Amino acid sequence: MALLGIEGLTVEFPTRRGTFVAVKDADLTVEPGQIHGLVGESGAGKSTIGAAIMGLIDPPGRIAGGTIRFRGDAISGLDAKGMRALRGRKISMIFQDPLTSLNPLYTVRQQLVETIRLHLDLSETEASARAVELIERVGIADPETRADQYPHQFSGGMRQRVVIALALCSDPDVIVADEPTTALDVSIQAQILDLIKELARERQVGVILITHDMGVIADTTDVVTVMYRGEVVESGPTREVLGNPQHPYSQSLIAAVPRPDVKLGRFPLIGYGGRVTEFRIADLARDWPMPETPRGTPLVEVDGLTKQFQTRRAIRASRRRYLTAVDAARFEIRQGEVFGLVGESGSGKSTLARMIAGLFPSDEGDVRYAGRSINTGRRGVPDWYRRDIQMIFQDPFSSLNPRMRVDAIVAEPARHHGLFTGSALRQRVAELLDRVGLGADAGLKYPHEFSGGQRQRISIARALATQPKFLICDEPTSALDVSIQAQILNILKDLQDHLNLTMLFISHDLPVVRQMCDRVGVMKDGKLVEIAATEDLFAAPGHDYTRHLMSLMPRLDGLSDTALQRA
Amino acid sequence: MTDRPETDPAAGAPPRPPGRLYRAWDSDLAYAFRHSPVALVSAFVTLVLVLGAVLAPWIAPYDPFNPATLNLMNGFTPPGQTNAITGDTFLLGSDDQGRDVLSTILFGLRISLFVGVAAVLFALSLGVSLGLIAAYVGGWTETIIMRIADVQLTFPAILVAMLIFGVAKGITPVEYRDQVAIWTLILAIGLSDWVQFARVVRGATLVEKNKEYVQAARLIGRSPVAIMVRHILPNVLSPVLVIATISLALAIIAEATLSFLGVGAPPTEPSLGTLIRIGQGFLFSGEWWILFFPACTLLALALSVNLLGDWLRDALNPRLR
Repeated sequence: MALLGIEGLTVEFPTRRGTFVAVKDADLTVEPGQIHGLVGESGAGKSTIGAAIMGLIDPPGRIAGGTIRFRGDAISGLDAKGMRALRGRKISMIFQDPLTSLNPLYTVRQQLVETIRLHLDLSETEASARAVELIERVGIADPETRADQYPHQFSGGMRQRVVIALALCSDPDVIVADEPTTALDVSIQAQILDLIKELARERQVGVILITHDMGVIADTTDVVTVMYRGEVVESGPTREVLGNPQHPYSQSLIAAVPRPDVKLGRFPLIGYGGRVTEFRIADLARDWPMPETPRGTPLVEVDGLTKQFQTRRAIRASRRRYLTAVDAARFEIRQGEVFGLVGESGSGKSTLARMIAGLFPSDEGDVRYAGRSINTGRRGVPDWYRRDIQMIFQDPFSSLNPRMRVDAIVAEPARHHGLFTGSALRQRVAELLDRVGLGADAGLKYPHEFSGGQRQRISIARALATQPKFLICDEPTSALDVSIQAQILNILKDLQDHLNLTMLFISHDLPVVRQMCDRVGVMKDGKLVEIAATEDLFAAPGHDYTRHLMSLMPRLDGLSDTALQRA
Repeated sequence: MTDRPETDPAAGAPPRPPGRLYRAWDSDLAYAFRHSPVALVSAFVTLVLVLGAVLAPWIAPYDPFNPATLNLMNGFTPPGQTNAITGDTFLLGSDDQGRDVLSTILFGLRISLFVGVAAVLFALSLGVSLGLIAAYVGGWTETIIMRIADVQLTFPAILVAMLIFGVAKGITPVEYRDQVAIWTLILAIGLSDWVQFARVVRGATLVEKNKEYVQAARLIGRSPVAIMVRHILPNVLSPVLVIATISLALAIIAEATLSFLGVGAPPTEPSLGTLIRIGQGFLFSGEWWILFFPACTLLALALSVNLLGDWLRDALNPRLR
């Protein structure tokens, strides 16, 4: 008998526009000690299954059919009281964001003791001892002292460990982990996943691991279920599903994962459930001004850029404290190349890019663009430079003004610089939107009517409106699903191939960097620790930190070679 | 997997983007409005009162401010009764000078609403501009603007309004005083009310200005004014709309309070507050209607506008849905 069994689960959300079926007829089983991965893109219904197991579906949503059995007993029909007896005690949950899942007003010990005593019949002292034990168990050093600290005194990874300790309080049989490492850096992600693996093996806990990340699935899970638009499309042992996917959707999903080991020309796109969008970037090349300098000569020379942020404000200068976000960065980007900047969050890569773009004034240093100083200091960068550079931002949901129509958004840069006016401008905007694969009436709509990937394409159209020569991409795909990511990266590659654009490409994702970049700079704590050609860097990383990052890269050894064959 | 039977275009017809009017009708806000009894009732009451005020010269049964038509013999006629001497009937009774209470209410409503709306518009323009500038520019500009706002908040609004009204009255020549009284009233109430607009807009702007669309606009070199007006302003307006509605109710009450205290609208152009002040003199001599009906009108107006504001706040707040 399975520990947890789901049969024919259907979850519906009635809305004023009709009923939305979030999960349709899903089957799933979890055995003790097994990690069952649930993978799919956003909107696939994987989190809804997690919520259904926990009995946490928000009204008006409801379970419309099927059963969820825990050790053979149906729990899907339980009332609120029956569910409370189970939730947290037998089945517990780990949420995505460790910042909001802990109460900032209580110490870690208080929160653990409260949860323990809620579920187990223990005295205050016994519960407290158990709390310390749990903190030690999840790998936090010096548990006695740490227990009496508040959540804000823990780093993100440590906080997620505390959340896991909370989930373990009642000695649960099943843990539902919903994107437990999405908010964390790679090095911390690896530790948390190891911890989850260890717990599953040691305590014979069944784990449902919900994630969108194929690397996490390959690395951690025993069994995987692939979901697409609310339906289970494929389920089986992880190695089999990843190595030899049967369903066309699983095939397309796995093919779209950037490979860390080999550089491919383009990302394979296998359309599923919709046509593959056509981009015709090459058509833009007709009237695109070609660069005056030959390929390979330095276009952007960054000369000792430094930025400090004040962390303590004071009237007396001696009492002020500063954090050096970027420390004397020095590198060059050559005409026509894609220069990658990698590093973990807080390493200063975004700050550096914003200084180069002229969005933050630099404290020291300067940038020379095509041999001319652009003065990144307080006075602001010159207008001719602004026309030549453009930026693509990380978050497609905040990079477009929600109150502006798409045609106005795309037209704004060209209009501001007086490059096109009147009907020429309208024609230009229509052409750009068409070239990035958006329909003819896209310009008449507002940003909220588009999906994340479509919005990112609008951003690209906006960036191309002034016919820039230098494009800064700040984590352009980190908020997107993997199949959409492949599309966007292909457009960017086209921009480089057909329009000879020079790019600064910022990412924390090493496989993506390997696919996109010609040369890479590695940043750590505001310093550039290594700059090398991509292939050299991946073949023989020179710096310890680079080697450390490489070792954390998810291994997709079990992956099929479909990606290669189709490329 | 969404079923959208309502929005499916007819088979064969070319898909056409729906018109602006249809989109407004179909929006979630309009839907929430149609399904909220409170919103429907208060919108109806507000609409009736506003129509009454706007159409006063045409629908009022008497002209209460034309001395030629006033008859002192009509004084103190109770509501709905016919005056024994003149034979005139007054639906809501008449006051001491024989003026029809219904007509004075309709004309008073005009003044009250005009002062309220104008004062809110004034406070809104001032507060929104200052809040935007404070948040976007930051530094000393922000400190100065927001400290002034903090200081002003330590005084009761009505006191500030009285002070401004008093000073303004003091510096206008005597012969113009009655003519400009309404405008001074607007100025006084508006100046006492800008702070909350500035605060809300500042808060919202601080959030918006760090979003990437603002950075994209800065990147192409748009000027700060263009960014504030074109990009940030449209995105901070929905809380402003809520505050403006609630402020309208407060401004109408503030005007009534000032007029009740005798420092607001002059007796020659009585607002609802002036009418209440006049009426309270007769409360204990049995002529209750002179006070009662203007007071009820004020209550209905302030309450319905306030409820509309509350509903709007809830409807625009996704967290409460």
